[in-house]
Amino acid sequence: MKARSTQNIEHHIDRYRAVEGGLLPLLHAIQDDLGYIPQDSYAIIGKALNLSVAEVHGVVSFYHHFRTSAPGRHILQLCRAESCQAMGATALEHEAKSCLGIDFHQTTADGAITLEPVYCLGNCSLSPSVMLDEQVHGRVTSEKLNALIQAARSSE
Amino acid sequence: MSIKVYIPRDSAACSVGADQVAMHIAVEAARRGADIQIIRNGSRGMHWLEPLVEVETTAGRIAYGPVRPEDVSELFDCNFLYGGQHHLLHGLTEALPWLQQQERLTFARVGITDPVSLQDYIAHDGYRGLRRALEMAPEAIVQEVTDSGLRGRGGAAFPTGIKWKTVLGCEADQKYIVCNADEGDSGTFSDRMVMEGDPYVLIEGMTIAALAVGATKGYIYLRSEYPDALITLNDAIDRANSAGYLGNDILGSGRQFQLEVRRAAGAYVCGEETSLLESLEGKRGLVRFKPPLPAIEGLFGKPTVVNNVISLASVPIILDKGAAYYRDYGMGRSRGTLPIQLAGNIKHGGLIEKAFGITLRELLYDFGGGSASGRPIRAVQVGGPLGSYLPESQFDTPLDYEKFSEIWAVLGHGGIVAFDDTVDMAKMARYAFEFCAIESCGKCTPCRIGSTRGVEVMDKIIAGKQPVKHIELVRDLSDTMLNGSLCALGGMTPYPVLSALNHFPEDFGIEAAQSAA
Ligand SMILES: Cc1cc2nc3c(=O)[nH]c(=O)nc-3n(C[C@H](O)[C@H](O)[C@H](O)COP(=O)(O)O)c2cc1C
Ligand code: SF4
Ligand code: FES
Repeated sequence: MKARSTQNIEHHIDRYRAVEGGLLPLLHAIQDDLGYIPQDSYAIIGKALNLSVAEVHGVVSFYHHFRTSAPGRHILQLCRAESCQAMGATALEHEAKSCLGIDFHQTTADGAITLEPVYCLGNCSLSPSVMLDEQVHGRVTSEKLNALIQAARSSE
Repeated sequence: MSIKVYIPRDSAACSVGADQVAMHIAVEAARRGADIQIIRNGSRGMHWLEPLVEVETTAGRIAYGPVRPEDVSELFDCNFLYGGQHHLLHGLTEALPWLQQQERLTFARVGITDPVSLQDYIAHDGYRGLRRALEMAPEAIVQEVTDSGLRGRGGAAFPTGIKWKTVLGCEADQKYIVCNADEGDSGTFSDRMVMEGDPYVLIEGMTIAALAVGATKGYIYLRSEYPDALITLNDAIDRANSAGYLGNDILGSGRQFQLEVRRAAGAYVCGEETSLLESLEGKRGLVRFKPPLPAIEGLFGKPTVVNNVISLASVPIILDKGAAYYRDYGMGRSRGTLPIQLAGNIKHGGLIEKAFGITLRELLYDFGGGSASGRPIRAVQVGGPLGSYLPESQFDTPLDYEKFSEIWAVLGHGGIVAFDDTVDMAKMARYAFEFCAIESCGKCTPCRIGSTRGVEVMDKIIAGKQPVKHIELVRDLSDTMLNGSLCALGGMTPYPVLSALNHFPEDFGIEAAQSAA
């Protein structure tokens, strides 16, 4: 861990150590800040919250949202659930994978995009849906998907 | 006076460009010197018309949609600020049949008000339920909710008043109200629309629940896929605190209720109430054995009400207008209204709040206008990923918990996902197993192992390898899961699987006659 990351993590720990059921909010704060939860932070998290490293690992690995390595600059989540399937999500998924040259849970070589599956974005009346970072996009066609990918690749 | 222009901030509207449209309208108005006030409302639920822009005129609000940024300049040319003619004009919003034919009780304000404006909320009958509840004994509040016939809208349809009564009856130094806002079912978005479009109705409902059972602390467990709802809820909670509707002394009554939003982390099973409580405690979301019921030993071992967003958001109107008002809607033992979500391959998707009793066919064709693709609707899945697939021959079933259970189906959280005739039901059955395998909490073998086995067997069936033999295996596996799972994730995955098999055997490579168990 870089010194700065350690400092940030300690700051988050201070904020959440006394919060009831504070581990999830703490993990969210760390991931929001660093983009992921460094595995070598489990020890200091565990120490502060009175948990073993194995317990912290157990929690982090249980939840799909948490990641333990740095993602690309952008995260593209493709909805795979039924409503989006009814509107062509599977074809869109194949297209995205071949366009980006990666599978789910991987990051493009240029570090621009990490691709993730998601199971419903609550935008099912405008299926198929994807989420780029914090923004949902509905009625996604392959042109729209390509435009999103291009925009993400060329932005910081 | 400036002209009011409503452009939804709802994330569905924003998923098709509402933010850009709002920006274009602001810029264009400034350029033309038009005096307007933009209000970012919730969505009216007519999602095929989003972004739906409304302008307030002396006759009422007039709707234009779907508006793209490139339409904006032309709309100004056509004088849309005064209801001018344009091909995107739909006339008075309230007069649109889609809205007129609904019974909006829980969704009374969604799409109409500015979601975070307390003033708007109160001007539209908000907080009347709480004021009445503050005058009532806890037992009387619980009785009112019981008499309304309200059943949990999260899926299990358990009577809300009875759950509250159990919590009220517990002696404890601390009790909790937990709102289940994990809304994981595909085809559902009513919770999201309430949280983004009328957050105070949920806050009010939770506050009334707290008064009813004697709780002082509440949590909203919100799925991480809803970042906009998080912002809106936190904003509304802050404002409610400042105005004395939450906090240490609710409206000077001396009663207190603290409310906090907690983010989930992308596990479907955490929508199951005991898994949710584990997660709120900061642990892995492993499902708990019941008993004890959460009502008796819930969050941190304390008596806890766990209710869905819609259940809680339906409470204010029940307290305001009385149990009978709510109970008079509906049929049989399904009382009141259900916010139905129409999704998938459907021309007019969105939110329809109707009294129980409307049929699927009316929803799919009268409201939905048939499929989006123009092809015949072949199957619908009702009630999320653990809900059965229904063929056309069952489209006349009225929405009613008991009528659905008679045909081995569920209403769940009220989501309806339509598929046209290009769907391969064997693949949907495979997906049901796959989803269960991905989301299983791993506590019991039938669910954890059975779902993975199910995927393998479905792969063989899809490849055309010995379908009769493998279908036999699917039935055996389903039996084991149905009977041997601790929660409904494993226990109901057979619903989509077997309903697909029974109603669409031809997709599994066999004749209808061979499909009988
Ligand atoms: C796998 C699984 C997922 C669930 N997901 C949700 C959910 O996302 N939202 C919800 O309100 N209830 C969900 N439930 C139902 C809850 O366990 C519980 O019945 C509900 O929160 C109770 O509230 P209600 O009585 O107001 O419906 C789920 C159940 C299971 C088995
Ligand atoms: S059925 Fe599945 S999700 Fe439910 S408790 Fe068992 S393993 Fe966990
Ligand atoms: S199923 Fe894709 S947004 Fe709901």
